[in-house]
Amino acid sequence: MWETLGIWIQVFLTLAIFSFLYRDNPFYKFAEHLFVGVATGYWVVLQVRNVLIPNLFQPLFRGFSDPWLLIPLFLGLVLFMRLSDKYSYMSRWGMAAVVGIFAGLAIFGFGGGDLIIQIRSNIMPFIDTEAVQAFTQNAGLITFLNILSNPIFIIGVICVLFYFFFSKEHTGALGVVSKTGIYLLMISFGASYGNTVMARISLFIDRAQFGIVNWIPTVIIGVLMIIAFVVLAITGKVDPKKQF
Amino acid sequence: MPNGMNAPETTLEKIERMDRRIVFLAIAITIILPLIWPLGLPIEVSPQVDDFHEAIESIPDGSVVLFPNDYDPASKAELYPMTVAILHHFFKEDRNLKIIGLGLFPAGPPLLQKAFEEVAVEQYGAEYGKDFVNLGYKEGREIVMASMGESIPKTFPTDFFGTPIDSLPIMLGIKNYTDIAILVNVSAGYPGTKEWVQQVVSVFDVLMVSGTTGVSAPEYYPYYNSGQLAGMLEGLKGAAEYETLIEKQGIATSGMDAQSLGHLVIILFIIVGNVLFILNRRNKTKGGRF
Repeated sequence: MWETLGIWIQVFLTLAIFSFLYRDNPFYKFAEHLFVGVATGYWVVLQVRNVLIPNLFQPLFRGFSDPWLLIPLFLGLVLFMRLSDKYSYMSRWGMAAVVGIFAGLAIFGFGGGDLIIQIRSNIMPFIDTEAVQAFTQNAGLITFLNILSNPIFIIGVICVLFYFFFSKEHTGALGVVSKTGIYLLMISFGASYGNTVMARISLFIDRAQFGIVNWIPTVIIGVLMIIAFVVLAITGKVDPKKQF
Repeated sequence: MPNGMNAPETTLEKIERMDRRIVFLAIAITIILPLIWPLGLPIEVSPQVDDFHEAIESIPDGSVVLFPNDYDPASKAELYPMTVAILHHFFKEDRNLKIIGLGLFPAGPPLLQKAFEEVAVEQYGAEYGKDFVNLGYKEGREIVMASMGESIPKTFPTDFFGTPIDSLPIMLGIKNYTDIAILVNVSAGYPGTKEWVQQVVSVFDVLMVSGTTGVSAPEYYPYYNSGQLAGMLEGLKGAAEYETLIEKQGIATSGMDAQSLGHLVIILFIIVGNVLFILNRRNKTKGGRF
């Protein structure tokens, strides 16, 4: 019973969100507001249940096993001092701790995980002898392209770096190099855009699969929504020609 | 043309300015039809997917696997099929792997729990607390990752259900990353793969593979190329390739025909849109009236 009701609600909310593609409408607005409200409520409950109770309140109030936790408790509480005009400066202590810790971890992580290792992985031989060897043993398009991989990579990195070199005007030889850098960046943005399209289609596939599996509620609710849109259009409450 | 009057639209201009809802409808039909009548287009396995598979195969039987599922329902379409396929791989050969799941997105752990129940429990008879555990969600992002390097039980004193983790047999003897054989991350963005690489792989030298959304994948390829990630799955396509590799066809494979045809239609619209744009521009410069 509850499962069936849940499926009907899911179908209604899915179609309500998709109805935005027709135009902005009350179904979409309802689903959007419901999502924001539910997500906020869920997040608050989760923080209390999964973080504050097991990591702070239980160790503090059951046996007082870790008195150091009084410090984060204090820093957390002073964040609420923002609500007071007189003591709002105290909230900066908690905020400073949060910003400081995250900045420290981010700098440390970026230095060790990105900067050094990525520079090291960009240092490579211009011609990969293993790729040449593979080509001589098994000549083909893929093995040939593998030989070109390192030169394209190295030239590409240099060209893109020159594009971001602003101390000299991009004319002459530097202009050609930086223009090559732009083209390579555009190829990279194109690949990212292609991946984004792929991701968005995947989201629709998931909802379409859900709609096909639960086709009875999908058809019934879909038809009812279309009737509602027709009524709204006839009564002049929405203009069907207006897209958004 | 008298002042104040606009020239009537040409056919080309009308086509170029057609109602965008026609495009939405065309894409919807192209995607829905192959879901009802599949075409069975072939799926080629990419090298990074093969490497992902090999990395999991390379760990010894009985190893402990850290399995953070850092996503929520917004990315479920791409990443849940991946979670399911990976779980099949963990449990299908009776390798006695111990799976420690968690999530750094608030709504992630319930999805992980659903996958555990659907795959590990129902299909392989795995036991909660002995073969796998769901540590749940913890706020703190990079701080959680760094803190687990000191102590996993201190960072997660209780599991997803509120049970103290020292009462679960799977957690006996687990202290920190030194007890983890591989980190298998399924990630939708921040906090996710990038942060696990920065905070854990580079500091604790843990073997790591990652399954990501299509949007995030280009950002993570440098990590794969530098060897910081031993393998990668990219979006629903990566999940489908993985299903092919482990010979367990599922949700991802069934969506691949729709994905391919959807791409084809979008490519077609891009080409048509550009041709119309060029023709219109040429028409305007020549004063043509097509």
